[in-house]
Amino acid sequence: MHQTSRLTVFTGHFGSGKTEIALNYSIRLARRGETVTIVDLDIVNPFFRSSEAKDVLNREGVRVLAPTFAGTTVDVPSLPSEIYAVFQDKRSRVVFDVGGDEKGAAVLGRYHPYFNSEPYDMFYVINTKRPLSGHAEQVINTLKAVELNSRLKVTHLINNTNLMHETTIEHILEGQDVVEHVSGELNIPVAYISGIPAVLALLPHKYREKGFPIELYMHPPWDMN
Amino acid sequence: MSKVLMKGNEAIAEAAIRAGCRYFFGYPITPQNEIPAYMAKRMPETGGCFIQAESEVSAINMVYGAAGAGARVMTSSSSPGISLKQEGISYMAAAELPCVIVNMVRGGPGLGGIQPAQSDYFQATKGGGHGDYHLVVLAPSTIQEAADLVIEGFDIADQYRNPVMILGDGILGQMMEPVEFRFSNRRELPPKTWATTGHTGERPRNIINSLIIDPQALEDHVNRIYQKYGHIMKNEVKVECCNCDNADIIVAAYGTTSRIVKSVIYLARQEGIDVGLIRPITLWPFPANEFSRWADRQHVKAFLTVEMSTGQMVEDVRLGVNGKKPVFFYGRTGGMVPEPSAILEEIKKVMRSVMK
Repeated sequence: MHQTSRLTVFTGHFGSGKTEIALNYSIRLARRGETVTIVDLDIVNPFFRSSEAKDVLNREGVRVLAPTFAGTTVDVPSLPSEIYAVFQDKRSRVVFDVGGDEKGAAVLGRYHPYFNSEPYDMFYVINTKRPLSGHAEQVINTLKAVELNSRLKVTHLINNTNLMHETTIEHILEGQDVVEHVSGELNIPVAYISGIPAVLALLPHKYREKGFPIELYMHPPWDMN
Repeated sequence: MSKVLMKGNEAIAEAAIRAGCRYFFGYPITPQNEIPAYMAKRMPETGGCFIQAESEVSAINMVYGAAGAGARVMTSSSSPGISLKQEGISYMAAAELPCVIVNMVRGGPGLGGIQPAQSDYFQATKGGGHGDYHLVVLAPSTIQEAADLVIEGFDIADQYRNPVMILGDGILGQMMEPVEFRFSNRRELPPKTWATTGHTGERPRNIINSLIIDPQALEDHVNRIYQKYGHIMKNEVKVECCNCDNADIIVAAYGTTSRIVKSVIYLARQEGIDVGLIRPITLWPFPANEFSRWADRQHVKAFLTVEMSTGQMVEDVRLGVNGKKPVFFYGRTGGMVPEPSAILEEIKKVMRSVMK
């Protein structure tokens, strides 16, 4: 894993896979022995969110901070004041799992003074198999809108191109072309190529070190794993 | 065309656009907000029109207007919002106007909750609004099927001049699966000679109306639309049967619940119980004959209906089975989703009671 700042933010297009990656990232930090807090900042979508994986996260020693009503199915975008504490208490690494698109990113704006006074890394997650994300131009438009609304700058890109269980290495490499194009246009490095381990094992040699295998923590109710 | 990874709500919206829908009128409500959000982005790109109406009542009447002008039009909502639209839906059925209405069902009654439910089955299949009428009700269980049924739903609506409802739930709307947009079964559709597009002095005026004051004329009208429903019942039933050939017990389930039941089939096999599944894809017309046919088979000891409701489709299953075998029910409600292990326990309970 890259050396990153204490504050690490995950943003991206709606449904790009931010939550799964933020969960994996947090758990990896924790397994490395770091003190980690994950902040579920998704106030756009009340479903399939990181705080639903609270049990796994707690087991792994990751502390979870979520919107006041997350998991209660009350659809109210209210954030707890405890979130301010993560900026003050410098002992813990903080992973922010932000809602999708520029609308989801707007929530970061209120914490701008804190991000302004401490270094941060902001990952932008891209799945080119998602609608309105297939072309570099579409990705760039959303990314710029996310930067504008969050008042932060994207520092790294993550290629998370996938069709879930149907993903092949070809899909990932097609996505990599688009992500590299975005990277060239915006001068933002590609940090990781993420995917399930079986598919990532097929990454060509030149991409090996960027491989970020992920375990899936969010499951539908008919999934018996 | 290559596959994309979509949420159910997004796939439904994109499928509508691919099917030629250029008008969408709606009002926000969880868990279907991705449909209007997607339409707001995509409709302008297609030269179509998206309007967030001031209310559900307003939205359904905009649908009435666009459908009356012969356009392909859609609206979507979730349970309480669909209740608000019922007057307009009844008017559209009476005026024989085609449209597609999406209901991503959430727990009720009342304002209820935002989690998935199937408790709008009665509302969708038994009227919902006032008067003698039916909607064609399509209940997908995967995102691919949702996209396919939206595309076919527009054709069904146009063919029979009747509103079509897509009945999903919060899980189907929110989850993601790979999907492609397919046009394999396009139908030959009659031209919309009835649409109010301007007579330009060349034909009699078309009038779209649901007010028929003369009792005999109204009865004639109702009889005529019921003849149409007869054709729909004969031609449009869709059902999936899974593992029924040697089944000891057949579970009836639709939509999200049917996916959970498919997992249970495997669990049950490990315990030596052969479980079949009958999954109605059209909730109206209901595949009653399929239930009757399997109820005649000797190896089938009982039926169990599983729903995210207190028991609604089970009434239609009982009508289909018609007393030939016992029909049991298991359901969760309020947004609770039945777990595979709980369904398996119910199956074992039913097997014990019929084997006595």
